[in-house]
This record gives sequence, structure tokens and C-alpha cells, in this order.
Amino acid sequence: MNFVVELLIAISLVVSGVFGLVGSYGLVKLKDSLQRLHAPTKATTLGVGGVLVASMIYFYAKTGYLSVHELLITIFLLLTAPITANFIAKTYMARNLKRNELPDSQSSCGWSIYDEPPATRPGSSES
Amino acid sequence: MLKRLIPHPFLSLTLVFVWLALVNKFTLGNLLLGILFGIVIPMLTAPYWPDRPKIRHPLKGLEYVLVVLWDIVVANVQVAAIVLFKREQDIHSKWIVVPLDVTSAEAITVLAGTITMTPGTVSTMLSADGASILVHCLHTDDPDAVRDEIKNRYERRLKEIFQ
Repeated sequence: MNFVVELLIAISLVVSGVFGLVGSYGLVKLKDSLQRLHAPTKATTLGVGGVLVASMIYFYAKTGYLSVHELLITIFLLLTAPITANFIAKTYMARNLKRNELPDSQSSCGWSIYDEPPATRPGSSES
Repeated sequence: MLKRLIPHPFLSLTLVFVWLALVNKFTLGNLLLGILFGIVIPMLTAPYWPDRPKIRHPLKGLEYVLVVLWDIVVANVQVAAIVLFKREQDIHSKWIVVPLDVTSAEAITVLAGTITMTPGTVSTMLSADGASILVHCLHTDDPDAVRDEIKNRYERRLKEIFQ
């Protein structure tokens, strides 16, 4: 492998390490659960992404084949991270927040953990 | 005939791609097996998607993916900066209510996912009738600007794609 390729791999690994560290530090530093949710959902996306990019470059340089496993990992990560975050947020809110601590929903119904969906649109209220 | 064999061409293509990517080696046998999956799985799962939305502009969808990917990178840097350089009492977290114009469940799902992955915002809840979404913002001094950005940058594009 030549120098440029090694440099690229090294840069991606360092970037991903830094973001992983910042994401974990955010978990310690931020003060309530909803704020803490921001650190792992974002800072670590680039953390994992960097390792995957490094892996792709490395195997392309080493074997000459483009490895697409990393692309799949990225896609699945991007699809699943928001759902986990949403579950954690909802659980936290159901346990710790009262109805009047949230802003008004500006629609005919309240927020979905407190109010029943209207009967006219069955099953279409949840994402 | 073709429509009955492949009721959901986009899903079939995705399955073929995912299969080839999982095997990580392009051979004729793998391609044929992938195509077999692409035909059989949509047939078996058809009862689960009774009224799926029409995707009007696949190219706009590609543009949307690129915009979101770029925003994810920017979001990472911004959140990292907030975590590292702001003192705890300077971080002003706020609730933001975004009224929704998109109505289909799929579009709302994509929008909620996008909000979670992009700058300093996490989507937490929908109103019971699906007409507005509650967003938690890590740090902002101007909640209305954040709301307008979500509406203009993401929801407008999703509306063009899905409706």
C-alpha cells in the first residue's frame, strides 16, 4: 500500500475515534436524559462511519475488490438509530414528564402517549 | 403478467441489491438467487403493505438522501462542538412543535428519522392524529428558525417525493 492510502485510512480512523470519544463524553456531561440522547444518536454516527470508510479503503487497496458490507452496515445503522432514539425518548417521557410540561400540539388531538387517536383514521397515527 | 409477478419493483430491486451486498461477491448464481428472493419475498409480504404510497420522483429521492447525508456530517460536528465547548448552563434545550403537511405514514416516518439524524434535534412524538411532531432541540436560541428549517429543507422535499 502506498503512503496516500495509508494516510487516508489513518485519517478516517482518527476522525472516528475522536467522534466516538466525544459521543461518550457527551453521555457523561449532559444533564438530563433527553439531552443525553443527542450525543449517541449523532456523534457516534460519524464515529462508526469513519471505521467503515477506513475498512472499505483498506480492503480495496489490499485485495482490489470493493467490499460493500460496510455500505450495508451504514444503511442499517442510519435506519435503526432514529428508532432506538425514539423508543428511549418515549419511555423517558411516559415515565417522567407530565402532560402540562410539554408544549401544545397545535392540532385537534394531544400528544400520542397521552391521547387516543381519533377513530376515523385507525392505525395511521403512529410512525 | 409482469405486474403480478413483480408487484413492487422497487422492493424487488432493493432485495436483489441487499442480497448481492451480503454475499459480497458478484457471480451469476448469486444474481439469480437474489432475483429469486426479489420475486418471492414481495409476494409473501404483500398482505403487510395494503396501501403503499406512490413515489413520484425517484431522482428527487436521491437528492434528498444526499442532502441528508451531508447534514448528518454537519450535525456530527455541531453536536460535538456543543458537547465539548459549551458550559452546562449555556446549553438551552427546547421543545419545538412542527405542524406537518405530509400525511402518509411513510413520509412522516422518513421525516422523523431525518430529524433525529440531523443538527441537534431528536423527534420524540407525534400528536395522536399525526398532524404535528414534537422535536427536542439540544441547543437553540431561536426555536422558530429551527422549525422553519425542518419544514423548508426536509418536509418540502418529502412532499415533492411522496405527493
